[in-house]
Amino acid sequence: MRAATPRLTDGTTKPPTESTVAIAAPGRRIRPHARPGRSRRRVAATTLHIVLIVAGIAMVYPFVWMIVTAFKGLPQLLNDPLSFWPSPWAPQNFIDAWNDAPFGQAYVNSIYIAILVVIGTLITASMAGYAFARIKFRGSRAMFVMFLATQMIPMQVTLIPFYLLMAKLGWVDSHLSLIIPAALANPFAVFLMRQFVLSLPKELEEAALVDGAGRWRIFWSIVLPNLRPGLGALSIIVALGTWNNFLLPLVMLNSQNLFTVPLLLQSFQGQFGSINYGLIMAASAVATIPMLIAFVIGQRQILNSMAASGLGGR
Amino acid sequence: MTAPSVSVTDSPAVGMPSPGAPRAEAAWRRRDRRWGYVFVAPQMIGMALFVLVPFIAAVVLAFAQWDGLTPLTWIGFDNFRTELTDPLFGRALINTMLIALITVPIGLGLAVVIAVALERLKTRTLYLALFFAPVITSSIAVAMIWQQLFRKDGVLSHAIATIFHVPAPDWLGDPHLALLAVCIVTIWSSLGLNVVIFLAGLQNISPSVIEAARIDGAGAIALFFRVRLPLLSPVLFFSSIIAFISSLQTFDIVFVLVANAGPDNATRTIVYHIYDLGFGKTQFGVASAASILLLILTLVITAIQFGFQKRFVHYEDAAA
Repeated sequence: MRAATPRLTDGTTKPPTESTVAIAAPGRRIRPHARPGRSRRRVAATTLHIVLIVAGIAMVYPFVWMIVTAFKGLPQLLNDPLSFWPSPWAPQNFIDAWNDAPFGQAYVNSIYIAILVVIGTLITASMAGYAFARIKFRGSRAMFVMFLATQMIPMQVTLIPFYLLMAKLGWVDSHLSLIIPAALANPFAVFLMRQFVLSLPKELEEAALVDGAGRWRIFWSIVLPNLRPGLGALSIIVALGTWNNFLLPLVMLNSQNLFTVPLLLQSFQGQFGSINYGLIMAASAVATIPMLIAFVIGQRQILNSMAASGLGGR
Repeated sequence: MTAPSVSVTDSPAVGMPSPGAPRAEAAWRRRDRRWGYVFVAPQMIGMALFVLVPFIAAVVLAFAQWDGLTPLTWIGFDNFRTELTDPLFGRALINTMLIALITVPIGLGLAVVIAVALERLKTRTLYLALFFAPVITSSIAVAMIWQQLFRKDGVLSHAIATIFHVPAPDWLGDPHLALLAVCIVTIWSSLGLNVVIFLAGLQNISPSVIEAARIDGAGAIALFFRVRLPLLSPVLFFSSIIAFISSLQTFDIVFVLVANAGPDNATRTIVYHIYDLGFGKTQFGVASAASILLLILTLVITAIQFGFQKRFVHYEDAAA
């Protein structure tokens, strides 16, 4: 929020006019044609900042509220529910939340599931993407069309037979049901990797082919290293999707020590009702804040991957 | 989808010895073809086993009565008849469509406005982070936070009561407001993703197009409606399809935010209905029929959107 406030005063008192910008930034061309009046643009700039600041506050308010509420004790919640700041600040909720449910275990579960799904998806999807982009084999087109078609089937449609299949395999109440299918059946990942392979110059592989290198060698030592940006984007998308998945863990897992973070959070709420919502908010904070910190650290990569996936899907 | 690109193997490998070359090449191609199958095998097997087989099973189950214990009996279209006349499925269908019809236009509209506003800023990192934070957060945490924000004795209700001089609204207890609450949370939590995608789309518009329109005397409003929006329309189109499909799958938020199906089933969605039938009541057949109906709905809506595409989506290179 720090940078937002000076920007408001910027916008209201001294908007950067087109001419000052043009002088300040030498690369920018000064436009010769008529421009709308100074005051009109000032209004526009102010409106823009007001819209953004209001929207920004609306976006961040629930998180701020979560954190301050997590520090409120039960007496304050009951007697003065409208107060914003905790008085006194009581970290007890965090201690209780951590002790009442195995959040540490849930983090370990979520992290290692996400890592295995990401590694599995990266390997299998880049292999398939490479084959569809570069290798000529009978039926490749039909198979690729089938991949695109299966992408249309929402996972919710196949949920019940999928559950029955997992039961047959003995993977219910086991992390295998969350890892193996996710790593082996991801048509979007195959599609994305194919697009990334297509964007690589073929000359990269040509010399190696001429020298008689096999496909595996070429894939492993030439294609894969050059796919690094694509692999990075894919790992972020897959990790986020796996981490936040709820329906599948809800259906598959019964034992609390196997729960992922969202599932444990939900069961925690079910257990503790809604009287002491300071405790519920502390649990939410425990489940949320490490992710938000990770996001702040990797913000650029995460946003770029999301933009690439949204546009790359075309 | 373009035709499979010409692979490197199309030109006879340059380094191959000339005598007996065709033979060596044919052998190489045979081996290469085998590599193709090896490379796609993991994902092909995974797709077949974990998507296609369950899908076929869902279709089959939709025509049967089965609780997982007693033998399966064939009942033809009865499950579909049951579902199509079940008031609960009707509620779920209406609720799901309402959520889609409210959240998609408002969510995408807000995202376009914010993306256009952000594009004009030189430093937008902080704003982007604010908008994107809910996307990162698990939908369960999101629903839990908002559940408390919507409390009757909470700040939000109090503010509305004071400003509009009405009794404090009971968001999650009132059937109409509960669905609205689901929509608000859905829009809030998905806004950032659309903003990021639209921002990328806006930045892909070549500055010369904007410049040319400016020279022709276009103002900010005309630039937006005549240049930016049409050039953004392919991105908007695909985002709207994805947003629509994902709002048809609303589950997490209704499951947590409004304690299952909400007051008087006011927030029962199709996926919640499927979950309830399948895992709550172990009516696998009826649940599968509801799943198939969800798939049909998804396909029909996507087809309608593709129909609209012809009229509203402009591709930059198509005009050239």
